[in-house]
Amino acid sequence: MGQQMIPVEELIKSQKQPGFKYTPEDAPTEDYRDILFQLEKEGELEVIRVPEPYVEVTTKYGRKKKIPLEHTWHHKSCGQCGHIPGYSTSIFWLHRQFGFDYVDPSDQTSCTAWNYYASATSNAEAQVAVAVRNFAAAHETGRFPLIHCGTSFGHYKEVRHELLHHHDLRRKVRDIMERLGKKLVFPEEIVHYSEWVYAMRDKIAERQVIDMSHIVASVHPACHYHKLVEEDAIYDPEIYGAQRTAIVTGTLKALGIQIGEYSSWYDCCGFGFRHILVSRDFSRSFAVQRKIEVMKEEANPDIVVTHDTGCVTTLDQSQFAGKAHGKKVGIPVMSDSQIAALAMGAHPYKVLQLHWHNTENRPFLEKLGIDPDEKWREFEEALEKLKSGEKQYLTWEDADA
Amino acid sequence: MNNVVDINSIPLDLTGEKYKDVPYEEKERLFQEVKADERFHDVLYGCYECGVCVASCPSARFYDFSPRVIAQAVSREDVELIYTLMNDSIWDCSQCFSCDRCPRGNSPGGLITIMREVAVRNGLETAKEALEGYGRIIYKIMSTGTQVSPDMLQPNAFPDWGHHVNEIADNLDLWRRALPPETLHTVETGWSVSEKTIIELYLIWHMTGVMDMIKEIDEGLFMILQDVMEERLEDAGYDVTFDE
Ligand code: SF4
Ligand code: SF4
Repeated sequence: MGQQMIPVEELIKSQKQPGFKYTPEDAPTEDYRDILFQLEKEGELEVIRVPEPYVEVTTKYGRKKKIPLEHTWHHKSCGQCGHIPGYSTSIFWLHRQFGFDYVDPSDQTSCTAWNYYASATSNAEAQVAVAVRNFAAAHETGRFPLIHCGTSFGHYKEVRHELLHHHDLRRKVRDIMERLGKKLVFPEEIVHYSEWVYAMRDKIAERQVIDMSHIVASVHPACHYHKLVEEDAIYDPEIYGAQRTAIVTGTLKALGIQIGEYSSWYDCCGFGFRHILVSRDFSRSFAVQRKIEVMKEEANPDIVVTHDTGCVTTLDQSQFAGKAHGKKVGIPVMSDSQIAALAMGAHPYKVLQLHWHNTENRPFLEKLGIDPDEKWREFEEALEKLKSGEKQYLTWEDADA
Repeated sequence: MNNVVDINSIPLDLTGEKYKDVPYEEKERLFQEVKADERFHDVLYGCYECGVCVASCPSARFYDFSPRVIAQAVSREDVELIYTLMNDSIWDCSQCFSCDRCPRGNSPGGLITIMREVAVRNGLETAKEALEGYGRIIYKIMSTGTQVSPDMLQPNAFPDWGHHVNEIADNLDLWRRALPPETLHTVETGWSVSEKTIIELYLIWHMTGVMDMIKEIDEGLFMILQDVMEERLEDAGYDVTFDE
């Protein structure tokens, strides 16, 4: 890194300390809930209420946001489910550990936003219709949507803005929903799974069985979580003086993990939507040179923790090419759900599914006192049952056996 | 940054030379289409030329690309420059929305989304080039309702991810079956999507005219998608044609 950059220590020292005042009355943005409920009163749409029990968290301008703990409808993520399925599996595992009611539905499509941000082969009407169709499907099950993907989360907030402000669009989407036999519904809050993990952090810490206090983690906050419609991302005066989103960092701190600061935290991961698919040189180079190498030089963390499909994939997979080019790489990458599950004793292969990840993570497991060889043997034993035909699938019971 | 390699240092030609033969009226027509988008006034309020967006922009670090130039050109309604940018610049954007921290309240990334949509809808050659090799993804998302599926993890598709991809490809079926969540056992889609859901998605594509955009950008892909979707819709009792 160049001498022309401000040293990271300076950035940390200059952070505002707790004491920063939230003033929701002075928030520069409208409260979307006021508009949602007004439109409901006028008969334009129906609001899906956050079910009880919920936890209230604070967002960027000091407003409160309700995070439902259970009765959730899990909106999965294309990338997580396709390439890093341990991410979603860990989210479900955590819910099961707490005995929370949830559904993992098949009446669900992708938000289609990855494609939209990559190719623009869609339009506002279609994007809103896809969102509302999914929300209507959630509502039909009596559950509240919990969004696994950072991009779905950000995109659905954009969709909300469009739907609330454009009467014509509402009319068109209402017509489409009528044709599908569905109502125009919209959730009171768009909730990302990492907000659920954050809301549950103390409960998770109470059941922590793996000490993580000697671990240093660098956090990559997902762009579409805190930049795209920024107002309802979680902020906390205790975390970075509320000058940066508290998501992920707040969870890791509750688990006793030390945070490894680095100066390019605001940079994206390099995913680029179109780029990761057809201009991969950009994604690889950005992930390695602007993120992983900077973390390595400035914080030398044991792990990178993030909370989105694209971020885990790009930061993890890009390190292979970086290594080939002699770059300073070699930091495993996981989601906060995986780390939280691991802290509570989840199996690294049956639950976290770490064999789908690329960068070497065995030293990290060893540092936690987990023997990766033994764990892999246990996983292979389970695979044998599938191979022999004794079982067709690994079940939740097998995962905890 | 002294260690960032300029991986794609094709300089952006802003002189207008390249597109001087395209009639001004055509450039103006496309600009008016951008302006007519309902979201236009949500993403652009003018521009201070402060460069905050550029400072945050990942694409600006690696390409001859600037969200400031785009916000400026559109604010000034510089029709010639907008046309050049619509062809040679907008596809470099990563759509990360780091530029949403613009002090003027702009979203240059959001403006680019709209410009891309117009480029696709009008079948600009440069849009086709930018999406070359991308057709299989459009096919996946539009026909299955999920964008990335495990069966895409093949070594020839991801050579730069190393031998680890071979291992996944070799064990794909087995490893998917070793996932406890029932919806994740599939290898052809990200997760199991019910038949009723897919039909509803196809009806959305039909009612919102998205297939017309596909036709502009890739006629072959349009025809394949049309076949698949019309047949499934017919089986479900819908008499729908995408070629109207
Ligand atoms: S959205 Fe595009 S223009 Fe904006 S910061 Fe990201 S890459 Fe740059
Ligand atoms: S940050 Fe906003 S005002 Fe500043 S140059 Fe970029 S678009 Fe213009």
